[in-house]
Amino acid sequence: MAIIDITDVAKTYHAGDVEVHALRGVSVAIDEGEFVAIMGASGSGKSTLMNIIGCLDRPTAGVYRLAGREVSGLNRDDLADVRNHVLGFVFQNFNLLSRTSALENVELPLIYRGISGKERHRRASAALERVGLTGRFDHTPNQLSGGQQQRVAIARALVGEPKVVLADEPTGNLDSVTSIEVMVLFQELQRAGITVALVTHEPDIAEFASRVILVRDGLIRSDERQAPRDARPVLAELQATKEAEGTP
Amino acid sequence: MNPFVTLRIALRALLRNTLRSFLTTLGIIIGVAAVIAMMAIGAGARAQVQAAFAAMGTNLLILLPGSTTAGGSHGGFGSLPTLTWDDLTAIRAELPSVKAAAPTLRSSQSLISDENNWTTSVTGTSPEYFQIRNWPFENGIGFSQGDVVAGAKVVVLGRTVVERLFGQRVDPVGQSIRIGNTPFSIVGVAAAKGQSSTGQDYDDAAFIPYTTFARRIQGGLSKYLSGTVFIQAVSTEQTSRALADITRLLRDRHKLVDGQDDDFSIRNLNEVAGAQQQGTDTITTLLASVAAVSLLVGGIGIMNIMLVSVTERTREIGVRMAIGAKPRSIMLQFLIEALVLSVVGGIIGVVLGVGIATWLASKFQWPIQIQVDVITLSVGFSGLVGIVFGLFPARKASKLDPIDALRYE
Repeated sequence: MAIIDITDVAKTYHAGDVEVHALRGVSVAIDEGEFVAIMGASGSGKSTLMNIIGCLDRPTAGVYRLAGREVSGLNRDDLADVRNHVLGFVFQNFNLLSRTSALENVELPLIYRGISGKERHRRASAALERVGLTGRFDHTPNQLSGGQQQRVAIARALVGEPKVVLADEPTGNLDSVTSIEVMVLFQELQRAGITVALVTHEPDIAEFASRVILVRDGLIRSDERQAPRDARPVLAELQATKEAEGTP
Repeated sequence: MNPFVTLRIALRALLRNTLRSFLTTLGIIIGVAAVIAMMAIGAGARAQVQAAFAAMGTNLLILLPGSTTAGGSHGGFGSLPTLTWDDLTAIRAELPSVKAAAPTLRSSQSLISDENNWTTSVTGTSPEYFQIRNWPFENGIGFSQGDVVAGAKVVVLGRTVVERLFGQRVDPVGQSIRIGNTPFSIVGVAAAKGQSSTGQDYDDAAFIPYTTFARRIQGGLSKYLSGTVFIQAVSTEQTSRALADITRLLRDRHKLVDGQDDDFSIRNLNEVAGAQQQGTDTITTLLASVAAVSLLVGGIGIMNIMLVSVTERTREIGVRMAIGAKPRSIMLQFLIEALVLSVVGGIIGVVLGVGIATWLASKFQWPIQIQVDVITLSVGFSGLVGIVFGLFPARKASKLDPIDALRYE
């Protein structure tokens, strides 16, 4: 069964007197455990699609069923609950709270779920260990590298045990090696049964996905499943090259 | 969401910018400190006025003999003795609203002890006088009704007179002094009462039975009472009633017809005290409202900074919403931040205000009274200010659209 089931979804904005049709009737079904890359130029409507999938925005028309539940008509409070329980977000610029430790950043979704301090602490620690940040719990974002910050953000997305992780240009602010590191993590999530949807405009990042959806002018132009490239050997190769450069 | 967790989030946000938080709350600090200090000084002044009037006597009416109207010219009060001793007896006997009445006949006399002499005001009165004026004896027991009837040559001295005639820390009870040529035996020393609000020394006085006064100083007891009468009403509420009763009784006894002026006058000390009290209350209210205005200004300062803070942290709000914060949680977070700012400001203000009041008290010898209810009220009010002025920024934060907020640069 499709975990994300979108049928004839349209979104129209009103910018002054002008009507902007960001999405003109999109239908897509994403199954549990898929790793989908959504591609498209800026202004294509891919961000709008991502916002609707992420329950941050409501469609003007059409039906969106997330994990079997109709969510297109929910109010702000219910949408907040859905985001908190079903979804995890990873952003291009990490969006961690400054001057707040990695652990506390990761705890944040659980705070809004009303989970008590000890349990929160345990789950947040486990999530940070899962993304390979053992021993950096007390570091604040400005004490961490870009790659490490994105790992904290991924831990924050994972801590609530979501069914779907949504990533909006997660590698946009990262160098090539850390980008691949993030892709390794996403592929691990996919293997663990979590559905991953990521927006990107880099074709070599989309290679790691099992399905690529191309959006243009508010419509899906192509939707193809592919054999994903394994990120682990790519990372190993890159690291070897880098090491060779580092020791002349 | 757990309010304690929200409180912690708010505290962390405020501590991230300690200087700004302090400057924001400074308005509240100054406002509350001003209110506390002003009210402490006001209450102190009030208590002082109250004490001054309590020293004169409680629920006190003073009856003065009258003016006469002769050929259209009004003589001043006391210009003619119109009160009789029978009037006094009638007041004492017939009016239930009157608790006690004492005549006072005054004359300046020279008092002579073995070593010194001192000229002071000698008052001829009855034993009730000391009760009416709340005036206990430091030594001795004073004179009795029997002394009055007998016209005994006994005297009660004020503390100042004792010091002038006998020196400090001397108990002169039992010794003799002369007033003019008449020897008097000392039967009491009235406890030190201090100064009146006009600076007159209450303790520079001597008291003898009025019969003795009339005989020895005035040269004979006449029908008329050539002095004033101190009257105590049974209670504060009954003073106006007593005043009306006495007026009616005396007009009746003096056979005054309607339209004719009173040939006596009565001063209500409670009224005078009330007027003075009102004066200090007005000033206190005025000062406190100026201080309250500064609290209001402090509230606007908080609102201003909270609005800036909401704008600055738009992205943070977006992130919180994206990961599952409800609008209500966001609103609560900012509301609690405003509340913490104002209440902490209020508490610092209380400490500062009490400090200022205490300092003024010691520096200028002002009487101050720090009131717990004022402290509670001003901390409560500053909390209210925080909620009222924090509500708008908090609502603004909670109404942000998560997509716009996340995109905000």
